[in-house]
Amino acid sequence: MSVRELFGYLRSDGRIGFRNHILVLPTVVCANQVCQDIAHLVRGSVALPYHGGCGLLPADKELVTRCLCHVAANPNVAGVVVVSLGCESVDAVELTEGIADFGKPVELIQIEKLGGTLEATCRGARAALRMVLEASRLKREKVGLDSLMLGLECGGSDPASGLTANPVLGYATDRIVEAGGGAIITETTESIGAEHVLARRAVSTRVGEKMLEIVRRYEERVRQFGADIREGQPVPGNIEAGLTTAEEKSLGCVLKAGSSPLVEVVEFAVIPNQKGLVVMDTPGFDPISMGGLLAGGCQVICFTTGRGSPSGVPIAPVIKISSNSECFQIMNEHIDFNAGTVIDGEEKIEQAGERLLDLIIEVANGAATKAEALGHNLFGVWTHMQL
Amino acid sequence: MIRERPKAIVLHSRDNVATAIRDLEVGELVEVKVGSQSVVVKLLDPIPFRHKFALLDIPKGEEVYKYGEVIATALRDIKRGEHVHIHNIASPQRSA
Repeated sequence: MSVRELFGYLRSDGRIGFRNHILVLPTVVCANQVCQDIAHLVRGSVALPYHGGCGLLPADKELVTRCLCHVAANPNVAGVVVVSLGCESVDAVELTEGIADFGKPVELIQIEKLGGTLEATCRGARAALRMVLEASRLKREKVGLDSLMLGLECGGSDPASGLTANPVLGYATDRIVEAGGGAIITETTESIGAEHVLARRAVSTRVGEKMLEIVRRYEERVRQFGADIREGQPVPGNIEAGLTTAEEKSLGCVLKAGSSPLVEVVEFAVIPNQKGLVVMDTPGFDPISMGGLLAGGCQVICFTTGRGSPSGVPIAPVIKISSNSECFQIMNEHIDFNAGTVIDGEEKIEQAGERLLDLIIEVANGAATKAEALGHNLFGVWTHMQL
Repeated sequence: MIRERPKAIVLHSRDNVATAIRDLEVGELVEVKVGSQSVVVKLLDPIPFRHKFALLDIPKGEEVYKYGEVIATALRDIKRGEHVHIHNIASPQRSA
């Protein structure tokens, strides 16, 4: 085993960053192009285009504002340029103040006030340039494993995921939690059938009840549209591949979270108060569940896959873990780690888990993931209705 | 040392089923690790890749454990080495 030393950027809110991005954040879809133009002009800045920010119910306005604010507050971000159109639902001034409350350098650019794209791009690029130069002077310092908040995610799963990639990630998650770090698992839809297992692992009745409640609430919301989320699970393809019950299928998925106690269940895009294992209520749709992970403060995301999803997020490295060696070979340009070795008989779950832990630390310390190098850029915010 | 590729995997020491990690034949002897112990099971059915077989006799109504958790209940008596699938197990009544 190698020496596991972590080096990160100390942020003024006390959290630790493992990347040092300047974020160019649109408040609304209409500001996406200006953000992308700014990020194109200034190396070291990164745009976070998303489709929303206007035509929102009051509850959704609050949800979107919280998500954008907490993503900007993510410790991987050194400074923020907020780009607003001027007439959108999201209150850009309130958002900017919220980001400043985290002690982060932030500047607001308003397109309508400045007379359009060109002036807004120019002002935004100047702000981004200044922030990039300042951030580039920051030095990494030695930090503990307890500063790590790991995001747990899956997409394009296959029947081997529950035998290899997810238990291997669960092993690494347990080691990080044991060391005092945190991990957030999302995708409420995927935990249905195994929610009672997570609830049983809760540190208190209140946390356990909250776990069951987010699932009940999700089922109810789906029922309003005339569908039953439990019906037909597992699907015929799952059964052919050896799965028998919804419990078995979902357990295979929540294995990513290891076996640590569940310390907290949070709403979408809320920053957990506790270290340890946390559940965040999100849909199963990857851009949104990973958006939630960024808002929750995850600096590194581990993403298990059986088919080989290319997805990445703008401000955090995403480590792609294949569940089978065939996927690792075919989609090699997207996969950082192969857990298929466990069914190939080359390694035990614990050995692969140790190897994954080494990779997580290497990536936190600055090694690029394939999704980072290829510039994959997914981000979405959860809303209930688009007006 | 040349290691033989394992035939099946047990994910938790509490489990009473193993998962085949390649297609296995009826009558085959399969050695699996359950926790730190080695167990040899003679297969009573062919077991397709990723399907399960019983490590112990599982009486009707008993719980089926995988990942150390209950995934199902036995619909009838299941013998050690038998294929464990939707014909002989089903979702337990959820207590939650």
